[in-house]
Amino acid sequence: MRDAAPLKARQNEGMTLSLTLNGARRRAQVAPQARLSAVLRADFDCEGVKIGCDAGDCGACTVLLDGAPVCACLMPAAQAEGRQIETVEGLAKAPGIPGRLQRAFLRHGAAQCGICTPGMLVSAEALLRSNPHPTEAEVEEAISGVLCRCTGYSKIVQAILDCEADAPSAAQGAVGARIERLDGLPKVLGTDAFGADSWPTETLLVRAIRSPFHHARFTLRNLDLYRAAHPELRAILTAADIPGRNLHGVIPPLADQPVFAEGVARFKGEAVAAVVGPREVVEALDLAGFPVEWQELDAALTIEAALNADAPQVHEGRPGNVLVKGLVCRGDAGSALKGAAAVVEGQFSSGFVEHAYIEPEAGFARRVGDRLEVFACTQAPHMDRDDLALIMGLPVDSIRILPSAVGGGFGSKLDLSVQPYIALAAWVTGAPCGMVYTRTESIQSSTKRHPSQITARIGADAEGKLVGMDFLGHFNTGAYASWGPTVANRVPVHASGPYSVPHYNARSVAVHSHCAPSGAFRGFGVPQSSVVQESLFDELADAVGMDRLEFRILNALGVGQPTVTGQVFAQGVGIRACLEALREDWVARRAACAAFNAEQARIGGPLRRGVGVAGMWYGCGNTSLPNPSTIRVGLKADGSLVLHQGAVDIGQGSNTVITQICAEALGLPVSAFTLVGADTDLTPDAGKTSASRQTFVSGAASLRAGAALRGQILRRLNAGERARLTLEGSVIAAGDARLDLATLSEEANALGYVLMAEETYDPPTSPLDENGQGEPYAAYGWGAHLAEVEVDTELGLIRTRDLVCAHDVGRAINPTLLEGQIEGGSAQGLGFALMEEFIPGRTENLHDYLIPTAGDVPRVRSILIEDPDAHGPFGAKGIGEQVLIPTAPAILNAVRDATGARLRHLPATPDKVLRALNDVKS
Amino acid sequence: MPAFHRPRSVPEALAVLEGAPGLRIVAGGTDVYPMLGASAARTPLLDLTGIDALRGVTLTGAGLRIGALASWTDVQRTDLPPAYVALQQAGREVGSPQIQNAGTVAGNICNASPAADGTVALMALDATVEVAGPGGTRRMLLAEFVTGVRRVALRPGEFVVAVHVPPVAGRSAFLKLGARRYLVISIAMVAARVECAADGSIVRAAVAVGACSPVAQRLPALEARLAGLTRAELASALRPEDFAPLAPISDVRADDAYRRAAVPVLVRRCLERCLED
Repeated sequence: MRDAAPLKARQNEGMTLSLTLNGARRRAQVAPQARLSAVLRADFDCEGVKIGCDAGDCGACTVLLDGAPVCACLMPAAQAEGRQIETVEGLAKAPGIPGRLQRAFLRHGAAQCGICTPGMLVSAEALLRSNPHPTEAEVEEAISGVLCRCTGYSKIVQAILDCEADAPSAAQGAVGARIERLDGLPKVLGTDAFGADSWPTETLLVRAIRSPFHHARFTLRNLDLYRAAHPELRAILTAADIPGRNLHGVIPPLADQPVFAEGVARFKGEAVAAVVGPREVVEALDLAGFPVEWQELDAALTIEAALNADAPQVHEGRPGNVLVKGLVCRGDAGSALKGAAAVVEGQFSSGFVEHAYIEPEAGFARRVGDRLEVFACTQAPHMDRDDLALIMGLPVDSIRILPSAVGGGFGSKLDLSVQPYIALAAWVTGAPCGMVYTRTESIQSSTKRHPSQITARIGADAEGKLVGMDFLGHFNTGAYASWGPTVANRVPVHASGPYSVPHYNARSVAVHSHCAPSGAFRGFGVPQSSVVQESLFDELADAVGMDRLEFRILNALGVGQPTVTGQVFAQGVGIRACLEALREDWVARRAACAAFNAEQARIGGPLRRGVGVAGMWYGCGNTSLPNPSTIRVGLKADGSLVLHQGAVDIGQGSNTVITQICAEALGLPVSAFTLVGADTDLTPDAGKTSASRQTFVSGAASLRAGAALRGQILRRLNAGERARLTLEGSVIAAGDARLDLATLSEEANALGYVLMAEETYDPPTSPLDENGQGEPYAAYGWGAHLAEVEVDTELGLIRTRDLVCAHDVGRAINPTLLEGQIEGGSAQGLGFALMEEFIPGRTENLHDYLIPTAGDVPRVRSILIEDPDAHGPFGAKGIGEQVLIPTAPAILNAVRDATGARLRHLPATPDKVLRALNDVKS
Repeated sequence: MPAFHRPRSVPEALAVLEGAPGLRIVAGGTDVYPMLGASAARTPLLDLTGIDALRGVTLTGAGLRIGALASWTDVQRTDLPPAYVALQQAGREVGSPQIQNAGTVAGNICNASPAADGTVALMALDATVEVAGPGGTRRMLLAEFVTGVRRVALRPGEFVVAVHVPPVAGRSAFLKLGARRYLVISIAMVAARVECAADGSIVRAAVAVGACSPVAQRLPALEARLAGLTRAELASALRPEDFAPLAPISDVRADDAYRRAAVPVLVRRCLERCLED
């Protein structure tokens, strides 16, 4: 028996870990109990191992241990001694050259943001070694331990099934071509630098001290004493250390969120202080010992509680906990409903929804002279820059934002997260400082989809034409403003759905509570209101005796008909075409479901199938606000063609789409382009990645920039408008007309371009008046989903069998990327409908907060309809949020079709479904 | 840096524990590391995975021995008679392939979650737990080993070395109910084992239910009444009082009423599955 003492002595200096990593013998000095995931990243340079939860819930850190997939975050590093470890880095054919599986992922568009891609790839690799020709079900099971929030899994499954065929390289071409994403290679190689990657050596670590209570008064005790007790720490940060203003907010006039709370914490997880020091010191620190004294206060967590007359007030100056109200009023809804042949009404509710991107917020900052450089995940680099300048008390041009690769955003990474902490820490210490949220911190402190409580009444005449709608929605906006006003404004504009409603009154109220701030999440409140309107439409169609799809087609908004804000479109209204595209499936599937149900009834089976449809519209860009994007493209004397593309690609594909548009407008191939950005020093402001605006707005700027550069080239070449351009080396030519750009080197501008164009586009809108009348958007995106479900009526389980999704995209710039948006967005819609709810203080991890796995998503068939919009680039409209909105109501309507059960409170978890089924019986 | 011990033998491990009885024991890590969170960097651990004697799944005339380090995948890969199938079916529902490759059967029991899938299956199979300690080894019924939520009958200095399943006849099945398809903590789960006579009627039955009380439970009243019944008589044989021992709670996964409603359905389906041709 070994003596315990020497064991311990050896361990105090760590252990020498020897393993075989991707075929090579490697060793490093490590802490034996450290998570293998952390050790592989820090000590073996394998940053392709991603960390999403440290709990085995997401699978992003999956590696092969002697050939078997395991979560590296659950394994003490010591257990890897003498073992074979394989990571995504081992799958490449050669350095920088993707292997077969990685090629298939590129070809199929299976990597969107790329954060889950390494885990997916190694899981698939393990499967294919033991089973080279798996079935779809076997693939699904093999990747069941890896969560993906972007793709809806379909393209991942297809890529794995199709990796045998080493198909020819991607389609070429510009607008309309299924080209591979231009930033895809590092994503499949595992080399893309996300917020937690590629930090300088010796980067100090920042960790926050957060409120354990929903609402509490607190006092910071003697920090000098604490500092003296922890001499290895480099800084302790609190509100007192902030040089500028201790406030931020995405809507500047309403900025109300402190970087560090002062005296009062308004939600569980709010930061009150931070410690900064060497990584191993800060990681080993038990923050429970930090000197802060808490006094818990009464908290209002729900809309009812916050509206109560004696509710604790979240902010002075916002009486009754009301942040803002919204209104759209047209005609006389009250009278119209009185005169209606049929009126339906209902009360609905939904809970907080967490974005659950697989990349927790992360980044590092460094001080460069009197400037700060911030490398972090974000959807809004220029907004980050402006807010950080205020917080740091620095001029705007002293801040440089370098967005990392973003491992999913979906709206939440529009708001600041780690940025002020790492910026302040770097400023104070002079050293690079980084921060990575734990999954729990991320869920506690990031913004959420607003919980809703909505009442609506809708009426139709005897012929089934809509006559009026009355709508009142309350939204739990959490502790700080964030995007609450945007939700309050968007919802009344959109709550009619894409239909002609002559008399309309829609009110919204954003209510503060002691919860994490609700902010932007794909759809800004419209998914919640769409559930209400589309559910009631089915009841209304039934009440007037009409087919549910034909009822929608009859009432679909058309060209020349006013919207509820009085806007009249002369073109580009594609909703009718979307609904009509579902007709064949609707008829055939309803008949098939009826036959299935009859057979189940005959044998006494518990299963029932049904079909549901729902329509959707969604305004592209900011609501009645300026919304410009600027894109720059230039040619250098050496012939390099550079696109300054500042529209942050969070996985949706803006790097690719904006380039395709520019290429089409310029008349040179996509492959000729070099991309720069996003980087606030190098790329002009292309606005935020939000509001389904990047293809529509930044794309329009890209088109103009490409066309302007083309104009300059044609003038130089004295060529006609239809000339075909070529670029070879430094020579640009149109037929016989040639120009060697090298001859222009003397004319290069300050940026090094001999020819350059920079163009801005701002879509035309008009302000909404006191009744919400006006032109809030230059264009809407339109769509309709059909869902077929199967319900286990004994257990209340819903399985979504199929989705058919028709979207009017105006012009499909890249069909593969569009399908990726539809498949991924509808998977989020499914999660919203059936399983997702953040309950403050309770579902703060990814095993209590559930998002769909590969086994929960249906087959999706996308139907792309192209009714061009006059403003959009080549007619294109936005798609990012549109895809999520109709999924939940289509599923809920299908459940009602199958069983009669009305599900009005989301998520429709099995217990609620079973209750609703019992209500039908009784 | 906190202590980290990775002994090579059971006596060596016992000696380490004698000197430091507060050590956290880790094997597959799939429950320990999530629970440790950020404190993983400062928690002293006793890692059992260096002890080869604790590996393996062996089937003999004396039944099934599942070494404390045997993973769910190890159980999956063992050719087992139909009476043990519930255990393999439960294993396929534990977390994900990644969790099944690392997580151990013994660890699933020791973690003592009310929602431990393995405990329910093993309970229906009359499993026993073998424990090593300063005074030698001892064995106890699984139902006696798990004493409450996150509580097991390990005395200071003891650890589990194996789980044993006696030789049992008949067929078994396991059903899990969760709010999504994979990677999900059970709302409820049921394991059943049935031995039948030549005419197809039930001779002996075992039914265990999980996630509906602090510790998974057998349903003895129901088991007794099932004797002599045929598959056709199952549905009408279940009575509300059969489920009286259960005390389901409401949590983030489902409310108590739902669990009460779902369990009889799961039990019926699980028994039917055991009786399928």
